[in-house]
Amino acid sequence: MIAPPAGLAPVFAVRSTDHVAGLDDFGTMTPRAHAFVIFATVVCIIFILRLVRRHGLRSKYSLLWLSLGVLLAALGVFPGLLVAASRLVGIYYPPATFLAFAVGFLFLVVIHFSWELSRLEERTRILAESSALLGAEVARLREAVDREAAGDQELEGTGAS
Amino acid sequence: MVHSGTNQRVQNCGSCRSLESVIRVLVIIPAFNEASTLPAVLATLRDRCPDYDVVVVDDGSTDDTAGIARSTGVTVLTLPYNLGIGGALRTGFRYAVAQNYDAAVQVDADGQHDPGLISQLVDQLDHADFAVGTRFSTGTANYEVGRTRRFAMRTLELTVRLLTGRRYTDTSSGFRAFNRDVLRYFALTYPSEYMESVEALVNASYQGFRIVEVPIDMQARAGGEPSNMHAKLAYHYVRVIATLLVRAQRRTGVAAPVQPVMGVSA
Repeated sequence: MIAPPAGLAPVFAVRSTDHVAGLDDFGTMTPRAHAFVIFATVVCIIFILRLVRRHGLRSKYSLLWLSLGVLLAALGVFPGLLVAASRLVGIYYPPATFLAFAVGFLFLVVIHFSWELSRLEERTRILAESSALLGAEVARLREAVDREAAGDQELEGTGAS
Repeated sequence: MVHSGTNQRVQNCGSCRSLESVIRVLVIIPAFNEASTLPAVLATLRDRCPDYDVVVVDDGSTDDTAGIARSTGVTVLTLPYNLGIGGALRTGFRYAVAQNYDAAVQVDADGQHDPGLISQLVDQLDHADFAVGTRFSTGTANYEVGRTRRFAMRTLELTVRLLTGRRYTDTSSGFRAFNRDVLRYFALTYPSEYMESVEALVNASYQGFRIVEVPIDMQARAGGEPSNMHAKLAYHYVRVIATLLVRAQRRTGVAAPVQPVMGVSA
């Protein structure tokens, strides 16, 4: 995630400090901050792409994180989008919009993972149980086969004498 | 690795009374590192209930539980890693269903349940689906618990009473008998988390199974500390009560149809 740590804020700093910050001012960033945001986003996207290419991610998650990467890139390149979105939902301070959506998104993702983990645990449990049942079945069959083989040998022995 | 031990399976027993002689009963013993107490339990079982098949579910033990059990000739189901009592039991239930048993009895491996009393539980299955051996029903109960734990148990009892509309004296008993329908239901749904027996009891009640309690005197546990209330235990009480309340359902009068289980040789 690209949410800026407190120390790096304000990424969305107003360019001139001598005038009162108006809504539109948040759309502009210092060139340095702008470059940093774009750089960080690109690093994120490359990281996701590498994971996807190496089959480290299931494709459903690839799509999720890639679209998120694209969204972040768009916001990084055009900070005005965030301002427009803020205006749309009626939030005065655009970084708050970003954080609110980020927290909401992460919340949903974590809930989803809890569900997925529960499901996976249940599946591994069923597998473990099945493995125990199959193990007992194999032991029983092997025993029967051994007994049969022993019986055959005995028969051969009596036939030869 | 070739097993040379033979499975001793005595299926006909002329000396047994009534119900036991006509139905096939499986004794399920979940065991996690019980190598020290298991031999005595298995020996008593062989003496007192020679007509029951026994399966030991080795729940990922690190000691020789599986080897000891196997050497006595009983069937052993070895789980690849520890699943906890719920998982071990469900494995046993799936085995019972796959092998087409009419009934199963759960017995602890630590020797606190007298195998001689198993038939008392099994006898209940002619008029019940699910029989629970309870610790507190008799006036002569010799099983002591601490005060805080007693309070927690009471709270749980009250919750269960609220949800099932019935009073159960011991919801955490590990000495229980199940008929075929309950086995099929539990083989699919038996809960896996700690204190699973309470949840199982409530679920069985929702399903409309006939549940009876049988007063049983418990023997002192061979090992293990007295029941102090630890923070962890408190957490589990709270978790179970919350889960039960969140999953509360309307009780049904009739047993709902249960899907067939994919067992090994079913």
